[in-house]
Amino acid sequence: MQGLEFSVVFENMNILLQGMFWTVVLCSSASLLSIVVAVVLAMTGISKLKPVRSATLFFLWVFRGTPLLLQLFLFYFGLPQVGLYLSPIITGIIGLTLHFGVYNADVLRAGILGVETGQHEASRSLGLSYFQTMRKVIIPQALRNVSPAVGNNLIALLKESSLVSIITVPELTLSAQRAISETFRPFEFYFAAGALYYVVNWGLEFILQRVEARTALTR
Amino acid sequence: MISLKDIWKSFGDNQVLKGISLEVERGKILVIIGPSGSGKSTLLRSINHLETIDRGEIWVDGVQVNAPLKGRKFEKHINRVRQEMGMVFQHFNLFPHMTVMENITMAPMLLKKIPREKADARARGLLEKVDLADKMNCYPVQLSGGQKQRVAIARALAMEPKVMLFDEVTSALDPELIGEVNKVMKRLAAEHMTMLIVTHEMRFAAEVADHVIFMADGVIIEEGPPEEIFSNPTHERTRRFLFEVFKS
Repeated sequence: MQGLEFSVVFENMNILLQGMFWTVVLCSSASLLSIVVAVVLAMTGISKLKPVRSATLFFLWVFRGTPLLLQLFLFYFGLPQVGLYLSPIITGIIGLTLHFGVYNADVLRAGILGVETGQHEASRSLGLSYFQTMRKVIIPQALRNVSPAVGNNLIALLKESSLVSIITVPELTLSAQRAISETFRPFEFYFAAGALYYVVNWGLEFILQRVEARTALTR
Repeated sequence: MISLKDIWKSFGDNQVLKGISLEVERGKILVIIGPSGSGKSTLLRSINHLETIDRGEIWVDGVQVNAPLKGRKFEKHINRVRQEMGMVFQHFNLFPHMTVMENITMAPMLLKKIPREKADARARGLLEKVDLADKMNCYPVQLSGGQKQRVAIARALAMEPKVMLFDEVTSALDPELIGEVNKVMKRLAAEHMTMLIVTHEMRFAAEVADHVIFMADGVIIEEGPPEEIFSNPTHERTRRFLFEVFKS
């Protein structure tokens, strides 16, 4: 029996911190982009034009019905076959953005439908167009109403981001694996990586709480 | 200024408006009264195209609101027409994510491209007019019903409309808050704003109206100057309605 030796983690801490850095880059960009994607898909999902609505529902159905890992493989290994080469980090961001954008779109669509019709009427009666009303009045309120649910999705995004280690994005999980292959200390490094995920999660939850507290007054 | 010609409207099998015609001259105040379900709110909302009428013509300041245009052309037309009309709702419908100031300045800045400083200055003037100068940085949730409704009036006025439409604006208010909203509307009346008011407040109607219309079951039963309608109604239906209202 080898026994546990955590000092080896501290000696290789910069490998883990680099991984954590990439996890933060990956997740913050994918989080923000997933909200942008959600706004677009939620709008097209309630469009009056049937083809637009159907295409959106089909897109949502495909992305919700297939595993993230498979989507990542398709983007990373499949797209080069049609001449599209994307770097691992870009592939990772796109994969997470689309996968969680779809979840957020569903939540946001419900949020948009939950805003009172009186808000539409007040805005339209001032002379704003449908899109101006959406942009200025409806979407900002819908986002506030669904911020707890979107927050949950973003926490899930952070944890699922470990999957992109498989397409060689040098994020936290892959960094831990690299450290392990040099030191043969799986328990220590997986444990430490888990702790660092927890730290990032804390940061995210802190931000989410701030966002909810700031918007609570205005409801 | 406002001219409605033979307006018909149904919701499914329910015929709500059955050939309503009326005129409001510039600077005059028309008050519509009547039992709930008489179609008076639907009529008012039709003028702003929040309801689409089945038949008839709606003219505001020489422009046909329900112009025979299609698709995007009609959208552009109606957005322009609505800028000329201020509408105030029973449930205020303030934008809860914006401050009082932002509620008022949003539309003029977005639609009329008025720079922020100028829009802010005008909003401050309007807030003074509705006695709420000290509330400009509040959010709607921090205001009472009467205050919210006065902000809603200021928001509508910020677009400098040619006519104002009031849809039962005091019906959702506590009794002690009704006076402050009525006071603001009287001020507008004194400035000769053209107004069309749907209300259940008979005393207020009697005070401000130049002309009163009594509606029931989708038709105009009786109309005339307020002193005639309120003290000497000729129709049995009007008499019964006023008796019920003043009994309480």
